[in-house]
Amino acid sequence: MSAGIDLENVCCDFGTFRAVDNANVSIKPGEFFSFLGPSGCGKTTILRMVSGFIEPTQGAIKIGGKDMKGTRPNQRPTALIFQNLALFPLMPIWENISFGLEVRGVDKATRRKKAEDLLKLVDLPGAADKMVSQLSGGQKQRVAIARALAVEPQVMLLDEPLSALDLKLRQHMRAELRAIQKRTGVTFIYITHDQGEALAMSDRVGVMSQGRIQQIAAPRDIYDNPVNGFVASFVGENNIFEGEVGPVADGMAALNGAHGSFRARVLPEAQGKALKLYVRPEHTLLTKVKAAENSVEMEVTEVAFEGAFISVHGQAAGGKRLSAEVKNDGVTVVPAVGEKVFATFDAARALLLPDANVRG
Amino acid sequence: MSRNRAFLGQLYFGLFILYLLVPLIVMAGAAFNDSKLPTVAPWKGFTWAWFGELFADQTMWGAFLNSIVVALAVVALAVPIGTAAAIVLNSISGKYRATLYGFMVAPVLAPGLVIGISTVLFWNQLGQTVGANGFFLFGRGLHLATLGQVSYIAAYVMLLVLARLQSFDPGLEEAALDLGANHGQVLRRILLPHLYPAIAASAAIAFFQSIENFNVTLFTKANETTLTVYVFSQVRSGITPKINALAFLLILLTLVLALAYEMNRRRKARIEAEREAEARRAEEAML
Amino acid sequence: MEDLIRRYGTGLTAVFCLLVAFWILVLVILPNFSMLFESFFPYLPVAELGGPKDVFTLQNYEKILANPIETNWFGIPISIPVHISTFVDTVFFSALVTFMTLILAYPLAYFLAKVASPRSIPTLLLLLFIPMWVSEALRAFAWYIILTFNGPLNALLKGLGIIDQGIRWQNGVFTSYDAIVIVLTYCYVLFMLFPIYTAITSLDTNQIEAAEDLGSPWWRTHWRVVIPHAKPGIASGCVMVFMLSAGSLLVPTVVGSTKANWFPQTIYTWFNDALDWNTGAAYSMIFLLVCIIFVILAMRLFKVKLSDIAK
Repeated sequence: MSAGIDLENVCCDFGTFRAVDNANVSIKPGEFFSFLGPSGCGKTTILRMVSGFIEPTQGAIKIGGKDMKGTRPNQRPTALIFQNLALFPLMPIWENISFGLEVRGVDKATRRKKAEDLLKLVDLPGAADKMVSQLSGGQKQRVAIARALAVEPQVMLLDEPLSALDLKLRQHMRAELRAIQKRTGVTFIYITHDQGEALAMSDRVGVMSQGRIQQIAAPRDIYDNPVNGFVASFVGENNIFEGEVGPVADGMAALNGAHGSFRARVLPEAQGKALKLYVRPEHTLLTKVKAAENSVEMEVTEVAFEGAFISVHGQAAGGKRLSAEVKNDGVTVVPAVGEKVFATFDAARALLLPDANVRG
Repeated sequence: MSRNRAFLGQLYFGLFILYLLVPLIVMAGAAFNDSKLPTVAPWKGFTWAWFGELFADQTMWGAFLNSIVVALAVVALAVPIGTAAAIVLNSISGKYRATLYGFMVAPVLAPGLVIGISTVLFWNQLGQTVGANGFFLFGRGLHLATLGQVSYIAAYVMLLVLARLQSFDPGLEEAALDLGANHGQVLRRILLPHLYPAIAASAAIAFFQSIENFNVTLFTKANETTLTVYVFSQVRSGITPKINALAFLLILLTLVLALAYEMNRRRKARIEAEREAEARRAEEAML
Repeated sequence: MEDLIRRYGTGLTAVFCLLVAFWILVLVILPNFSMLFESFFPYLPVAELGGPKDVFTLQNYEKILANPIETNWFGIPISIPVHISTFVDTVFFSALVTFMTLILAYPLAYFLAKVASPRSIPTLLLLLFIPMWVSEALRAFAWYIILTFNGPLNALLKGLGIIDQGIRWQNGVFTSYDAIVIVLTYCYVLFMLFPIYTAITSLDTNQIEAAEDLGSPWWRTHWRVVIPHAKPGIASGCVMVFMLSAGSLLVPTVVGSTKANWFPQTIYTWFNDALDWNTGAAYSMIFLLVCIIFVILAMRLFKVKLSDIAK
């Protein structure tokens, strides 16, 4: 029912511009895989290559082990959900959903039945005879999914389909998409620039920048063990320290810089490169006294209440900006503006990372 | 100040409409005047006689039929040509687009008599070249009138369809291709339905432009004539009010069509407003 | 082209291209070449076609310089060839018609675009469209009835006591072209209205309000804000009205006096009465050339592109 997708050394050039550079991914059947990255990073180009609207300049795209070279979009076992959904405005909902069957010559009664079944699956029973303009944003979303499912694709490709919705609905639809994917077992490839979306829904995430895949890993790994500074910064906030990196022992190394000496983890593949220290604000504690290691004095400049947590910003020596997140649990003491505190972090929570993996 | 301006505007609009309509009313009114000359000024009594005379006029009926046939032929040629031209134009860009566009709209700006003369000369010369200049297809006649009219009416179709194409989302075509449709199905089920309003409007415009056409037809026709040319020749050679009777009927037809169009438009606008309201309610219900 | 094939496949693309090629080549370009070609060959009986006389010549063009007549322009008596005189009159009075339609149409276009309530616009436009759907032949005929000596206009004016004697409108009061100018203005004013209306509609109303807010009087707002924005529409309207007027054969024939000759009538005489198609072709080449020059002039003057004019 569902198929795996392999990208083997895939490159795509537009004139002299290389949109995708040597992409290698193996997506498993039934997996929910996201490509995450800022706009222009090449993720949409990958999606369009898989769906067949663009041919790769080099490399091979295999679906279910079969090379797709020369196979046109209408012959591939994929179904694409467009960013703007691309529902056909002049057809009623049921014709939209069963369009893929109509062009395959399926008779009307079967098509109608299938459309109604799919509408039940996406929780929109009774919408069959409505027009697209009668539906709300979230309802249109479900119709688009039903339309893609109708052709029983082995792979579903989703191009930021939630970006047009407002926050509340977007969160609701995340869970729904995930549930539909589990129910149908179809491989999902999801494109987004919203890290929250990618991390919440996916089995694995591929983070991209400037045409290159930076890291492929499970959401937790992406967040906790980013392979470089770009990934660390794209999926969350960081306090960053620069300095000289000492020798590595047991996967740990020291960094000596203007703000003192720190200890942090080093991944094996990062050794030998120019490294900076990254630590997340929520892993940064604020203490009244200086800790034994990894502790920097700072003056609190701003305290922002965010609801579940409180974001504390401060300045260390030389104007270095640092931030920490304090849980709003009613126990932790929140420092006031102007107060001097120590920003302290666990060496196991800090990482020494190179910059992004770019060409040249 | 502002209300003053709106009032002046309405007054001017009213006067303008009067200016446009009075001559037509005078003309239509003369159809019922029992006078040998078409006029309303000495009113000599009401009569239906001119309608009877009009209906008895075999030449008029022949010309009427010719007009319809030519107009249908023009629609049949100009609509596909203009639509194809719009699609082609819409998918190319840069220098070639500007040049092609120039050639396409040139016939709209060119005087009708130039189109008429050049069409006649070209087909005549083609006939001589292939050695069949006696063959009727290369001589003057309503078939050349049709081709001459198509050469500029296709441009109207192209402009209307092109405008509509601008609001088309090419993503819909990709979506259809992605769902497995072939190119013919994409055209028939996705693109053409989107263009239908423009195609229908341009077919109507092409039809009426053809019926109205005078210049091209006058230069390209042989013995067979069209309604507009018939009216012209009647007006030139001693008029009787039966032309007014014809004018009255044509104006009546125009009014009926306009009324039907307006009612249809209002109905559609109402349906669309209701749908949008429903979508808004659905949106609110979800949150 | 690649885009076309990708979207519609090779077969459909070929069909589209064939249709366009038929139109542009067979219906537009080749006929005009044919006309240009024929205009350089003499009019001969069928027997002499291809004979020694059937050679390249400019004699068709020279005919426009024949038959000088005495006339006067603005009181200055001059002697010019009759066809040149007709030609100049046609261009001059067509320009006059263009100007009059502009004066009539601009205020109405502004009213429709910016003053009238948006809800009523479709209905108002439809009201204006109705007269345009009535054929030009009938509209000219309507004015023929009105302007005729024993017609309603004279009757009305006499009834109101404004005049004692009927006026022969068709012979003209100011010039012999009066009737033609009146009727052409009536027939083509809507071709001026719609392009200007469309152009003004696209003007952001805030700009007008901003100008007024800054203390601009109404005429200056129009001169500095509205008219510059409406320029493409005005250019489009002017070109359309001028072309239609100068190219009209119907109106001058129906309402024109015997003294008022219109250039298309001259061409029609060569073509249809004298059956000299070659001279007809030469004359219409001259006519076409002037039209092209007019369009280029209008584009230069209003600084607009062809795609702005033809909308």
